[in-house]
Amino acid sequence: MNQLLSVGVDGVIYSAWLFTAALGLTLIYGVMKIVNVTHGSFYALGAYAGASITGAWLARGYPPMLSYAVLLGSALLVTLVVAPLIERAILRFMYAKDEVVILLITYALFLILEDVIKLVWGVNPYFIAEPYALLGSFSVAGLAYPTYNLILVALALVAGLGLAWILHSTRVGKLLLAVIHDPEISRAMGINVDRYYLVTFTFGSLLAALAGAYTAPTVSVVPGLGVEIIVLSFAVVVIGGLGSLPGAALGAVIVGVVRSLSVHYMPQVELFVIYFVMAMVLAFRPRGLFSLAEPRRI
Amino acid sequence: MTRDRTPLLIGVILVALLAGGAFLPQWAMFMVTIAIARGLVALGLMLLLRAGLVSFGQALYYCLGAYAAGALGRFFGISDIFAQMLAGAAAAGVAAFILGFLLAKYRGIFFGLLSLALSMILYGLLVKNEALGSTDGFNILPSTLFGIRPGPDWVRYAVLAAAAVVALLLALAVNRYLNTPLGRLAPAIKDNEIRVEYMGASARHAVHVMYVIAAVLAGVGGALAATTVGHIDPDMAFWTTSGEFIFITILAGTGSVVAPFAGALLYGVIHTTAYDLSPNTWQLSLGAALLLIIVFLPEGLWSLFPQRRWR
Repeated sequence: MNQLLSVGVDGVIYSAWLFTAALGLTLIYGVMKIVNVTHGSFYALGAYAGASITGAWLARGYPPMLSYAVLLGSALLVTLVVAPLIERAILRFMYAKDEVVILLITYALFLILEDVIKLVWGVNPYFIAEPYALLGSFSVAGLAYPTYNLILVALALVAGLGLAWILHSTRVGKLLLAVIHDPEISRAMGINVDRYYLVTFTFGSLLAALAGAYTAPTVSVVPGLGVEIIVLSFAVVVIGGLGSLPGAALGAVIVGVVRSLSVHYMPQVELFVIYFVMAMVLAFRPRGLFSLAEPRRI
Repeated sequence: MTRDRTPLLIGVILVALLAGGAFLPQWAMFMVTIAIARGLVALGLMLLLRAGLVSFGQALYYCLGAYAAGALGRFFGISDIFAQMLAGAAAAGVAAFILGFLLAKYRGIFFGLLSLALSMILYGLLVKNEALGSTDGFNILPSTLFGIRPGPDWVRYAVLAAAAVVALLLALAVNRYLNTPLGRLAPAIKDNEIRVEYMGASARHAVHVMYVIAAVLAGVGGALAATTVGHIDPDMAFWTTSGEFIFITILAGTGSVVAPFAGALLYGVIHTTAYDLSPNTWQLSLGAALLLIIVFLPEGLWSLFPQRRWR
């Protein structure tokens, strides 16, 4: 019973983390039909920016309680510099190309950003354990969990509910839904579609950077972070259905629980099960569990 | 239509490799052999690319071929290079035949994502499999040819020669295949699949055949890479390995069956020199090259999807 409880707690924490990391990917695909490999780079950028800026903040002896805000600020900073640059300078000229070609273009950009990160931050690992340890821990069924994990859960809730609220209850969100539905008619109706693409790409990337920044205190920030997260995010959004917001939530919960179960009961299949679920979903519901029928293209 | 000069070109390259290979320094022999191994995988990807399919999981068959070759040595003590390549081809071919029933239905990003998932499944299995060395992988016995063990000075050349003969024979066979009705269906599937079906051809069958051929080529390439490097590990199935193969394929374009090998050699040269010059920016140069090719050479090296995107 106790083990089941800890499976549950681990599952919730891991699902929340995955959801934040993958949410931007599904948003960008849903709006722009881009399978965005650079999402992994933004995760890594967020982690590096968060670790280095927060590290400097703490080293100067500024109040450690504010380091959580500094993490947020550093993710914002790095995204607002890099994401609009990529969208304006490169991606916006590619929208007319096929989805697979755009996928390859973002892969090329991913390779470039991997090395840009190494050039800026070097190849040595960054550690900032202080924000992780600062909040103490809570215990469930005799096992102690760092309270910091609750921040990850809160972040996931705020990101998911916030995005759902924006999409369904604000003017901007409703216009965005129109853009998703038909970019050309939206343009004809006077919606600035280019600006929506720019904002969507930046916001989606920001979510990745936030996930990276808030993960930074829990891991050592090393090169190759983005390589790991991008396949995991693909698994999450593909399971739920590319471009679907509730789908991403469902995918994150499924992957989170499945992984947590396997870590506790069968650790040797931990990685295998995640991709097995992904392959099974693709085999039986190629467009994901939350998907609408799409008309056949001629 | 002019006569196909490809067989002649392949013959010339084979003679040049067999004759000139012996005079290459050891490191260059290694580089050429690895280029042949990667070229085989890229040749398979080229077939799929002609039909508009990009596999983000070809490392699955590359790794399967390598582990089949490795298992032969580890469990049966066989280290004959031809037996290894045959085992790699067989393992990859059987797996692709089975998975092909599923994958042949998929197009576009879904083909890419499903193949990615399948290769990551193999990665996940190998990483945790202690009998096969987990993340460390294991070493491969030195290669033999027909029971003869070449001396240490000659083993690289022997592997190179065997690789060149097998790879170019396979390239010749693929070239023949491209001129069969089934081979010529690929560009038609890319252009308009529904018309292919109206003509009475089965796009699914054509893709399935293509997929198995591509996997066999990747399996042979994997076995070859395994015996050349002398070590295998699960990273051979990781998605970044698939990414490298895609890079080579796009660099080379779909013009000729020789192109993937040239592309692989070029990739090897870029990789080695860029890595030597500045180890932290070689991916940057690769990414920039890929971007430039996709954007500025869509006809020559990238003739895929010339039409506008339909939404």
